[in-house]
Amino acid sequence: MQQRYVYALALLLAVAGFAIFFWKWQTLGFPITEDQETPVWTIESAVMFDAGRGSVKVDLLIPTLTPGFRVLNEHPVSRGYGYDLNYGTSGREVQWAVRRATGPQVLYYRVSVYQDPSADESDTTPPFPPPPVIEGPFGTAVEVIVSEVREQSADTASFTSGLLRRMNDPSPDPNVDLLISDVSSRTDFVEVVTTILASARIPARIVHGFPLLGRQTNASPVAWLEVHDGDEWRYFNPATGEENLPDRFLVWWRGNSPLVSVEGGSNVQVNFAVQQTHVDAIAIARTQASQSDASPFSFSLYNLPISTQAVYAVLLMIPIGALIMVLLRNVVGIDAFGTFMPVLIALAFRETKLLWGVILFGLLVALGLSIRFLLERLRLLLVPRLGAVLIVVVLLMLIISLFSHELGMETGLSVALFPMVIIAMTIERMSVVWEERGAADAMRAAFGSLVIAVFAYIAMGLSWLEHIIFTFPELLLVILAVVVLLGRYTGYRLLELTRFKALTGS
Amino acid sequence: MFGAARRLKDAGVLGLNERNARFIMPLNPRRLYPLVDDKSKTKVVALEAGMAVPDLYGMIRNQREVREFGDIVAAHESFVVKPARGSGGDGILVIASRSQRRRDNFRLASGALMSAAEIEHHISNIVGGQYSLGGKPDKALIEYCVRFDPTFAEVSFQGVPDIRIVVYRGYPVMAMVRLPTRASHGKANLHQGAVGAGVDMATGTTLLGVLGNDVVDEHPDTGALIEGLEIPGWNFILQSAARGFDVTGLGYLGVDIVIDRDRGPLILEMNARPGLNIQIANGTGLRKRIDRIDDLYDARAHADERVAVARREFPAEPPTSDND
Repeated sequence: MQQRYVYALALLLAVAGFAIFFWKWQTLGFPITEDQETPVWTIESAVMFDAGRGSVKVDLLIPTLTPGFRVLNEHPVSRGYGYDLNYGTSGREVQWAVRRATGPQVLYYRVSVYQDPSADESDTTPPFPPPPVIEGPFGTAVEVIVSEVREQSADTASFTSGLLRRMNDPSPDPNVDLLISDVSSRTDFVEVVTTILASARIPARIVHGFPLLGRQTNASPVAWLEVHDGDEWRYFNPATGEENLPDRFLVWWRGNSPLVSVEGGSNVQVNFAVQQTHVDAIAIARTQASQSDASPFSFSLYNLPISTQAVYAVLLMIPIGALIMVLLRNVVGIDAFGTFMPVLIALAFRETKLLWGVILFGLLVALGLSIRFLLERLRLLLVPRLGAVLIVVVLLMLIISLFSHELGMETGLSVALFPMVIIAMTIERMSVVWEERGAADAMRAAFGSLVIAVFAYIAMGLSWLEHIIFTFPELLLVILAVVVLLGRYTGYRLLELTRFKALTGS
Repeated sequence: MFGAARRLKDAGVLGLNERNARFIMPLNPRRLYPLVDDKSKTKVVALEAGMAVPDLYGMIRNQREVREFGDIVAAHESFVVKPARGSGGDGILVIASRSQRRRDNFRLASGALMSAAEIEHHISNIVGGQYSLGGKPDKALIEYCVRFDPTFAEVSFQGVPDIRIVVYRGYPVMAMVRLPTRASHGKANLHQGAVGAGVDMATGTTLLGVLGNDVVDEHPDTGALIEGLEIPGWNFILQSAARGFDVTGLGYLGVDIVIDRDRGPLILEMNARPGLNIQIANGTGLRKRIDRIDDLYDARAHADERVAVARREFPAEPPTSDND
């Protein structure tokens, strides 16, 4: 009965731990390996103009909805200007304003984005556009084109690509020729296309953006065509009629409005620079968690101050040490001092590194032990004797530090408060065992403690493990489950197999 | 590896994990531990139940009382100093006699001399908690030093051999005699190098001995044969052990008994976590016997009846083949 509760509890803990882990890993995108980095593009738009005499007001359209990308952060940079981010008629815009400015001015808006295929465009479905009123021969030409293309198409998508193919024909028919005769830019061309689509009562708009290609100092926005088929927005290449969007195409702004408008300035120029960097995936996952509504559950240790994080990075590894301890003591059967002394010794090794730790530890314990036996002859009471051992250990550490400094060995002597206390405790425990059970037992327990400590140190020092536990502390529930299960392990300990060998009759 | 584990299981050998999880935890409630962990309390309950224990000469409860040591032992030539809450024989001092010339010099069982001041220091260490679990302050007991029965004189080296009996739910299931050696400094502790010899539950005669993990047939120091010694008053010893369950309520219990030349079997101490070496000494596992008791268990059986069952059910197994 009890056994069943134990299994149920362990199962519950393990399932809970793994569930949170998978959710954080898969949904929130917490990275499972340490230096998993995500490419991040930083796009800097520089608005350059010559200021006039009066006040200056600048509106720059900035990314609103960016399919395939999420915004990590954004900063308008502008010396002396007040700024404001808000929604205008054509999407989000940054508004700068200053009472007085003279000479050439440069205003920067910098945005960092990272790829996320799940970042869909959550746009509203637009109403059917009213048929535009087009006069004279243009109107007729549009009507003819619309009816002819409609003949050869089945739905919005095929209509759009049919129309674009026809408009891009190297030898255009007279109707098309008439419409695109005074088209000088790609933007103008897409504008004509949207007008024709509007006549066919298909919602369409221009999209301006950049394919993000790594480092570009002077990227120019490319116009693309966006068409709504009643369910979603679809993207078409205005030059070929193919339905696609270039790889890593960041949509900057939509519609016919000019990218930038400057009041009180002239010679306006906008320059885009793109730079690709790599950012720790953790930072992105954090941003994502804070943006999604899951944030109440997404407590993360990364939100703590850095110094506290460092403490927790160590603290969270103690359960790993405890697990190693349980395994080696209850399953293997290694004898050791105290219950968790070896884990504490392993923690002390963190300060000194392994090799030095073992040497130093052995040296200090041996020296301290001999001094303790000397103190024993003085017949001191227990607590004063412990105090004396502690003082002696401090002095010994001091001497060893000075000595090794003289010899030029700096490594591993980052002596800390913590190891000292542990060494003093070990000396006391060991001397009691030594006196009462003999040197052999004391040595065996000391060796066992050291072996466990080394294993625990190695396990607690695995940086990938530390990363996983720190990022997914809920996995400690799984460790708890394993420890609970081991608590009901009634099989033989590994070393008992040899201890009781005589009883097997072989 | 798994093969070895399977063979042990087939032999009915009890492992530490299984002992703790299946027997000690369910059968020995924590609240009963103080009764056996504190030897002064064990003595009281044993005396109340009419069992024989070594006389208590005096008890030292704090550092101030340490100087009363001289008065306590003034009338005694030999005595034993032990921590009330010690474990595994730690901290026990056996004073066999006094120095001829100076009354305040004491001779240990090992022959070494120890001054009263040294003994007082040892006592203050005991009181300070050096030998108690968790270093808690403790009491030092000064009690009658057992003059051991000549039965084991040939097979002991400077110390008192004792008999350890494991009692499962009131039924004695296995026993061994622990014989001190030079290596164990006169202590009857297998960890420290004492010889353990299994005992035939039916007859109370010793079987082969075990030293460490090796089977021995003679005492390493005296050279006397270990096998075939008959323990006097065996039935009474088993009854005392069985009644240990009645007075402590511990379902998995180790009872340590010494045989005094004049006073017969005395209960030295009881242990809520008896070790598993007894299996090696007897060359057989505890599990089969425990399972047998579970089959036969009778909650109303009197100690005499439980002893009768044990003697009937657990005779020594016939000697195994020579190539063993």
